[in-house]
Amino acid sequence: MKLNINGHETVVEVRGDENLLWVLREELHLKGAKDACLQGECGSCTVLMDGEPVCSCLVLAADAEGAEIVTVEGIGTPDEPHPIQQSLVDHGAAQCGFCTPGIVVSAYHLLETHPSPSEADVREALAGNICRCTGYGAIIRAIGDV
Amino acid sequence: MQIEYPTTVSDAVDVLASWPDATLLSGGTDLMVEVNYRHRRLDQVVALRRIAELAEMDSAWIGAGVTHARLERSPWQGLAEAARTVGSPQIRSVGTIGGNLGTASPAGDTFPFLAAVDAAIVLRSASGVRTLPWDEFFTGPKQNARRPGELIAGVQLPEAVPARQAFAKVGRRSAMVIAIVSACVTRNEDGDVTVALGAVGPTVLRARQAEAMINAERRLTDTMLDEFQRLVADEVQPIDDIRASAAYRRHASGVLARRLLERVW
Repeated sequence: MKLNINGHETVVEVRGDENLLWVLREELHLKGAKDACLQGECGSCTVLMDGEPVCSCLVLAADAEGAEIVTVEGIGTPDEPHPIQQSLVDHGAAQCGFCTPGIVVSAYHLLETHPSPSEADVREALAGNICRCTGYGAIIRAIGDV
Repeated sequence: MQIEYPTTVSDAVDVLASWPDATLLSGGTDLMVEVNYRHRRLDQVVALRRIAELAEMDSAWIGAGVTHARLERSPWQGLAEAARTVGSPQIRSVGTIGGNLGTASPAGDTFPFLAAVDAAIVLRSASGVRTLPWDEFFTGPKQNARRPGELIAGVQLPEAVPARQAFAKVGRRSAMVIAIVSACVTRNEDGDVTVALGAVGPTVLRARQAEAMINAERRLTDTMLDEFQRLVADEVQPIDDIRASAAYRRHASGVLARRLLERVW
């Protein structure tokens, strides 16, 4: 099947009921989206599908054909971090870092749709991204300062 | 696994005529949890995301493919407030009202509104259309009246939806929770009140005695409110589970319905 990932058409093999997260990580070696709860609770696998944030673990890979998928790798790179990523660094907003890719994607979607979000908007946008280290304060300040 | 991607309802019901027991896939937010945890294997799948007509919505119709994100911005306050409490942005962006109906959880967040306004569920198959009132559609916990070969097409609302509506839900936090109790109270221009509650019975239910009492009295005194709260608490049929005790749910049902009644009065 064909997938459109970060602007590139990619051909992948799926056997059947794999989720999109598995294809991203194991077939395409895009390890930014994390494999954690597999039930849509934690948000660490968040990607954009046709511009909307989704948990890639809850997308049947075969149903993603024809959709435009953007992963954290399509938002910024270590050499050219997106301003959201730079702001997270500047605010010391990552500790273990496991949730960070999902948070970057959720924040990217927020800022695409609400360029000047209130703190309440930021908190709402991150309601589906769980961070067990930071207590969220630095993350919310970082996104507010982008 | 075989998968079909129909783009019209007509094509979808044709596929279902030959695959009557196929798994219907909409947003996937319920289904894929079962697949990921190997509680369910997919054999034949009909993917519904590409059917534009399922995503149609007008003043009396909500297509099964309308997402919770769109319902958040819908004109029905009792439904918009409910949709806003579903999961997280990631869940609301793909999860649909049709999927919510298909899962038929007793705690489905959109159901108190549907019950409170007496909505009907429209099912399509190759042999025709069935329109079921909400209380015939829901048949038990995670059970509904959809037959093999049928597709949930959408929700038909009555011509006159009560103007005043309010929804509230009790849970541990405001996002990502399954309701411990949810409730929707409406009041129309004639002053008639309806009260529906979720997560406190095998299906969403109406508190008919409480409705009858307040609709006969048409006054809102402290005594009336106390009686209304007591009747609601009497009528619900909650169970003990991991999220709350039956006793807590019974108490919270009365309190929630009372607050919502004050809000729509």
